[in-house]
Amino acid sequence: MSETIQFLPPRQAVLSRRTAIIADLADLLPPDCLVHEPRELVPFETDAFVAYRRVPLAVVLPRTTAEVAAVMKYCHRYGVPVVPRGAGTSLSGGAIPQEDAVVLGLSKMSRILEVDYANRTATVQAGVTNLSISETVGADGFFYAPDPSSQLACTIGGNIGMNSGGAHCLKYGVTTNNLLGVKMVLVDGTVIELGGKHLDAAGYDLLGLVCGSEGQLGIVTEATVRLIAKPEGARPVLFGFDTSEEAGSCVADVIGSGIIPVAIEFMDKPAIEICEAFAHAGYPLDVGALLIVEVEGSEAEMDAMLKEIVEIAGRHGVKTVRESQSAMEAALIWKGRKSAFGATGRIADYICMDGTVPLGKLSYVLKKTSEITDSFGLRVANVFHAGDGNMHPLILFNANDPEDAAKAEAAGNEILKLCVDAGGCLTGEHGVGIEKRDLMRHQYSEADLAQQMAVRAAFDEGWILNPSKVFPLEGRPTT
Amino acid sequence: MQTSFTAEQLLDPHVAESEKILRRCVHCGFCTATCPTYVTLGNELDSPRGRIYLIKDMLENGRPADAEVVTHIDRCLSCLACTTTCPSGVDYMHLVDHARVHIEKTYRRPLADRLIRNLLAAVLPYPARFRAALGLAKLGRPFAPLLKRVPALKPLGAMLELAPKSAAKASAGPATHPPQAERRGRVAILTGCAQPVLDPRINEATIRLLTRLGIEVVAPSGEGCCGALVHHMGREEQALDHARHNVDVWLREVERGGLDAIIITASGCGTTIKDYGHMLRLDPAYAEKAAKVSTLAKDITEYLSTLDLPRLEPQGLTVAYHSACSMQHGQKITMQPKNLLKAAGFGVRDPAEGHLCCGSAGTYNILQSEISEQLKARKVKNIEATKADVIATGNIGCITQISTGTAMPILHTVELLDWAYGGPKPGKLKDR
Repeated sequence: MSETIQFLPPRQAVLSRRTAIIADLADLLPPDCLVHEPRELVPFETDAFVAYRRVPLAVVLPRTTAEVAAVMKYCHRYGVPVVPRGAGTSLSGGAIPQEDAVVLGLSKMSRILEVDYANRTATVQAGVTNLSISETVGADGFFYAPDPSSQLACTIGGNIGMNSGGAHCLKYGVTTNNLLGVKMVLVDGTVIELGGKHLDAAGYDLLGLVCGSEGQLGIVTEATVRLIAKPEGARPVLFGFDTSEEAGSCVADVIGSGIIPVAIEFMDKPAIEICEAFAHAGYPLDVGALLIVEVEGSEAEMDAMLKEIVEIAGRHGVKTVRESQSAMEAALIWKGRKSAFGATGRIADYICMDGTVPLGKLSYVLKKTSEITDSFGLRVANVFHAGDGNMHPLILFNANDPEDAAKAEAAGNEILKLCVDAGGCLTGEHGVGIEKRDLMRHQYSEADLAQQMAVRAAFDEGWILNPSKVFPLEGRPTT
Repeated sequence: MQTSFTAEQLLDPHVAESEKILRRCVHCGFCTATCPTYVTLGNELDSPRGRIYLIKDMLENGRPADAEVVTHIDRCLSCLACTTTCPSGVDYMHLVDHARVHIEKTYRRPLADRLIRNLLAAVLPYPARFRAALGLAKLGRPFAPLLKRVPALKPLGAMLELAPKSAAKASAGPATHPPQAERRGRVAILTGCAQPVLDPRINEATIRLLTRLGIEVVAPSGEGCCGALVHHMGREEQALDHARHNVDVWLREVERGGLDAIIITASGCGTTIKDYGHMLRLDPAYAEKAAKVSTLAKDITEYLSTLDLPRLEPQGLTVAYHSACSMQHGQKITMQPKNLLKAAGFGVRDPAEGHLCCGSAGTYNILQSEISEQLKARKVKNIEATKADVIATGNIGCITQISTGTAMPILHTVELLDWAYGGPKPGKLKDR
């Protein structure tokens, strides 16, 4: 891909000490927790934002908070950049390393430490996958609410880094609303604890600061999250419309009338076709846009809420309404939705945008998005969390054609600017990473950015934690 | 994702195929979550995505395989859980097949590794040799713990521990088994290589059940190993020879009396035979014939599902159904075995983490015994938690592996079905 997004130039002082750094890390960790052979480093060069790649200097895979602390203490002492990595599923390049960086992977820290039903909490290591928490407590009637589409693979540590969302966050909130405490290793190896099992902690809400800080304030090694009791029942219902505009205005009307279903997901025609081909979920293929609305509660509650939604949808020209008839069908409906990005790989390469807009602007932004991709001669598929306005246009392109790839990136930037200009923001749940970094000035004033960078510097004066991300490279404080 | 191969590299049909597979991958990472080795080791390099990347880097640069790549490819079980998970439809199986052939052609393994692999390839596919080897294994068994302490000899130790304490009696040879009821069809049965030595009762039960149902069952003379064992070692020519040989044997049988199916009772073999069409696609003399054989190949439970077996009264025995990877991921057969067991009156329970491999994986439990042991312990824990009376599965490898980790009786699905539909009670259940 044409590289329009730059990385920080590698620190020569670090590169020239490569051999010594690896030898020192080998003293801190057992052999199977350190990767340093050049060929073995290549698979760590990127994440799910695969267009950008940098082979790191080394990879460490610690098993304990103490090992993480030892690595941080060492890297801090010698000014070696550290890029944290959960499962490497970031769509914004949050886990892409740089040549002078040590990748700190949490994949070996994947134990669930404690489940406390009385306090409705689970305490887990940062490398635990999102879904495995719900799987562990599911039989006892509980679940962990934020459900990124990559929840099968993505880790809680990564979710905290990006303040991840998901389909069911419309009702239950995103990661920050479900996170109660963390154990975190600071840049110099100090271990701190923030929050706990309680809803609020004395003093500053540093937990709120850490959630969404993209690995720049410290390395979270353990997290305490809120568990929620499963509803009596849940039912996804498919609403088919002729046009995206109708579906979009329906969403705004539903939410505006005070109804909060668990999820309202949107798919346009290209996305429906992609997902149906993969999941065979029975999505209607004769509609222009589809909403998956999930209601939950008792049968009576679900019926009542559905009745209201059907009525509103009727005013927006809904063409088909179909309730899932079985648990298996419901599972397929969600499987198709949650696999949408990967399934897109069957027809093309893609980059996925993450802009969020006010609901009243959904239809407008959808229309403009198509105009933008049309103007670049590219195809787009839209599949996203409509209930909270979190859009995910998937721009389709051919990664083996540099010109096509450059066009996709340019179109993406225009779409994100469109979202900001419509009163929204650059990212709803994927994080800034490197992907949206250079657009941050479109969102924030210099004063806004300076304050954020001041906070960052208070935790990491030397800018060694995930340094190429979040803040535009120009205009940073010199270190 | 992006690939960079030269036009010249793409002239090689194997490289061209791998390039197509790689282009499908979007590097989303979903596959890591269901990969048994990633879940066990927690290293991207031991995940499907990591291996795909290692293979991509090796092939794009036209490099011979090196010790690092070999380590991580060798750790792959070929369980194909990743292909079940992958939303993009990445054909990991054929990519890793290609990588294994590339390794075999370009990498010289350490002496001990070469010897053990040669030994396995020379013994396991040949029933007479395997039976003799099991006799020797009985003598060697006391030395297993000692051998396992020497890294280079660890596979030998693992092999001795897996060998059954007593070799089964020889199974019946080639024969035609006439239907015992009104004739409904004619099938060939894959006699197999290791299975009839380890447990001849599986095919005996199959033949009894099918003939009672009115099916003529032919065990053709000349059938050999399906080739899976050497195929997974990257020994392509040897694997293709096995495949061609069996294609000839079965097509002769088709000409002789027609065949509705080639029945396979070991799902590991089924995955490979169903792939004959692909394996021999570049051989003009065999491509078409092999494709025909692949369409005829059916797991016994697939075939039984077409015969409308009567529904029986529940009889109180609960079965933990362990789906072999080659069954659920390799052949995508998930519901039929369970539906057959339920219809036959058994209570069926699904162990947790059913998608994870038991660690058997062909010769994996010999060549990678440490990871295999961890997976076995995890599998047995999940199976025992079902508190079922008996374990049913469709692959001899899993039966051997799991039986060394639990006291629960473990049977092939068809042995339970044969019993339920009028056959003798399986010996392993005699005291129940």
